[in-house]
Amino acid sequence: MTDLRSLVSKIRSKNAGPFWLTIDIFCGTAEAFDQVSGGLSTSRVAAVFGAEEQSLKRFDIPDLNVVKFSLPRPTVQGAIDDRDMHGASWAALIGEIAL
Amino acid sequence: MVRVLVPSGALGLNYDKQALQRGIAAKPDIIAIDGGSTDSGPSYLGRGVSKYARASTKLEWAGLMAARAEANVPLVIGTAGTCGADSAVDWMLDITREITAEQARPLKIAVLRSSQNPDDIAQAFEAGQIMPLANAPEVTSEDIRACSNIVALAGAEQIAAALETGADIIIAGRTTDTAIIAALPLMRECHAGGAWHGAKIGECGALCATNPQSGVIMIDFDATGFTVTPLADGAHASPHTVSAHMLYENSDPFILYEPGGHLDVTAAKYSAVDGTSVRVEGSEWVASDRYTVKLEGARPAGFRTVVMALLRDPHYVANAALWAKDIEGKCRAKVIERMALDAEDFTLELRLIGHSASFGALETQTATPFEIGVIGIITAPSEAQAAEIGKLLNPYLLHHPLTQEEEQPTFAFLFSPPEMHQGQVYEFALNHVLHLNDPMEAFGLEVIDID
Repeated sequence: MTDLRSLVSKIRSKNAGPFWLTIDIFCGTAEAFDQVSGGLSTSRVAAVFGAEEQSLKRFDIPDLNVVKFSLPRPTVQGAIDDRDMHGASWAALIGEIAL
Repeated sequence: MVRVLVPSGALGLNYDKQALQRGIAAKPDIIAIDGGSTDSGPSYLGRGVSKYARASTKLEWAGLMAARAEANVPLVIGTAGTCGADSAVDWMLDITREITAEQARPLKIAVLRSSQNPDDIAQAFEAGQIMPLANAPEVTSEDIRACSNIVALAGAEQIAAALETGADIIIAGRTTDTAIIAALPLMRECHAGGAWHGAKIGECGALCATNPQSGVIMIDFDATGFTVTPLADGAHASPHTVSAHMLYENSDPFILYEPGGHLDVTAAKYSAVDGTSVRVEGSEWVASDRYTVKLEGARPAGFRTVVMALLRDPHYVANAALWAKDIEGKCRAKVIERMALDAEDFTLELRLIGHSASFGALETQTATPFEIGVIGIITAPSEAQAAEIGKLLNPYLLHHPLTQEEEQPTFAFLFSPPEMHQGQVYEFALNHVLHLNDPMEAFGLEVIDID
């Protein structure tokens, strides 16, 4: 078992507008891309957010060695219960997924 | 060909002066810079104010106005004053007037206004002219009327109308990030897919290249596509850095919706011109049947007071979650009893910084830290009520024991008083589009001559 962070070159999470969140996993190499693309299930990522798997959009982009997920923001940006205005911290939690 | 100079991703983030000068020497047809986004949260739109310091905005804008005069081309700012509401546009106009006087140069300024009257938007909503986008909040016409500010995002058509006035400077309210860059290439019949794609690549300045904080980039648009060139020392674009920028803050890296259609970059080909510039062709613009503009709205969501304390005693650090839950329950009950508020009238939450503040129940780490910051977050219908709840919370954060058997503890307050009042808070209320029969229908255009 190894965590996702140690396998890839960078993980970024950001708002895509106030109502959506997007996570970009930059794998760095074709080999790492194959490992992440084949080994990281959408349901594992959904579980990090406590979200339904069907609510995630997934893009596996071999040209960039990137796997990208987008989902409705767990809380609307800036709502009373929001914890992270720019949605930036989620990348850390995604990085801790064990593959 | 149309050459667009983009000094940085946003006015207020600074730009590399030497690189800007290189851009001016390359004779651009227009200088375009973004002034904001929703990314800093609902308060700026709610209040209709800028996030950036006036001093930074004025200094950077003065530099761009001088560069504009040297190049003798239009200078356009989109989403002026962070949120692009009329009050923020007026703030930007006021700064521009000051600089105009200081630079002693007569100017023609076009002002494009994007603010909407909430009553008009509520009526359009009732008339079925407003459609929700994916994951839009449920709204009623009453929710819409409660918004303190609603803006419509202008597209290339409205920027084109402003450019057609022959203005030297265009101060635009809320626009899409791309519209200010795409407008002139589209007016001059450059490739439409290339115009929008190049605009998306360029809207964050040099973020599509190495040395992203250098800001300045130049984009050349033509009949088949575009070429992007970062201008600062040490900044290089590659097919990878440019194509990867389509990922940035986009929920779909291949499709981008704009007023009047969408961009599809699925078939785009990125190629290196040299070590610094990248050529892109093959992106497609797909026009829509109906012309719609996106709406953003913010409405008041109560008044907030926050209270902070620090836990350093190992016994309390180890049991912080239990301690915080106990305080929340007891303090909420006291608010209901002593202030005659209902449970749904206010919120009171303790978050434990260093423990679970980032993700709450979704946190997966369990190691015990050596200290924990406690932040009590209160919202209430009035400022006075939020402050009063803060005072009710205060003694708990100072002295609350885990059990009645133990000695009364005392925790660290950072300030006297520990309560901090944030005033009115806001929430985003709209993720919708408005149907227009004419692109200018929802926007105002004014031309001001300053001698």
